[in-house]
Amino acid sequence: MDFKIENPTFALLKKIFYTMMLNNYETVFILTPVLSDSQMKDTADKFVKLLKDNGAEIINEENWGLKKLAYPINHKNTGFYYLIEFKSKPEVINILETEYRRDEKVMRFLTTKLDKYAVEYNIKRRKGEFKKSAEKQEVKS
Amino acid sequence: MTLVNEPVQRVEVKKKYCRFKKNGIKYIDYKDAAFLLKFVNEQGKILPRRITGTSLKYQRKVAQAVKRARHLALLPYVTDSLK
Repeated sequence: MDFKIENPTFALLKKIFYTMMLNNYETVFILTPVLSDSQMKDTADKFVKLLKDNGAEIINEENWGLKKLAYPINHKNTGFYYLIEFKSKPEVINILETEYRRDEKVMRFLTTKLDKYAVEYNIKRRKGEFKKSAEKQEVKS
Repeated sequence: MTLVNEPVQRVEVKKKYCRFKKNGIKYIDYKDAAFLLKFVNEQGKILPRRITGTSLKYQRKVAQAVKRARHLALLPYVTDSLK
């Protein structure tokens, strides 16, 4: 078959394929340390809700709490880290990142697409297997 | 006779290997800053392959992970005294 010719059936199939496509993503954001604990949770919930409203399936949420930064961001030396893993259509990322940029409380964010190895790794990580295997490796080397 | 060259005793150089290939690690996590510290020097620069022995495929992934960690302030961009 020659796929270079865009016949209408194939174009339609392609469209259906793309709309059904769900990717695994992971997003980490850093909130300013000036917030109180409840304010921090509210902000995190806001982003989780935004994702859910856009049809994303939340797989995991992690609150790393107040952590020291390796270098100052906006003259701050600490920040609240929050991680969300989710499954969604690619269009949702744009909506999410616009919302990050609009929110002054977000100092930094990073969204990455997870490949199949990353998904496997994250499943292990959630179970807490990872810390054990890391210790084993150090013993080996 | 005495003038014959004697074989030089060379110390066997241990061959470098790629730790990811050897241990079957397929994904390098940018969130694990303690692990990534093995691949940067004291100034926070990424170590070359010729020192760590990482294969090209995984060196690219290491570099990507270190850069992501830096963006999230888990690792410094520049510093004087890491480790």
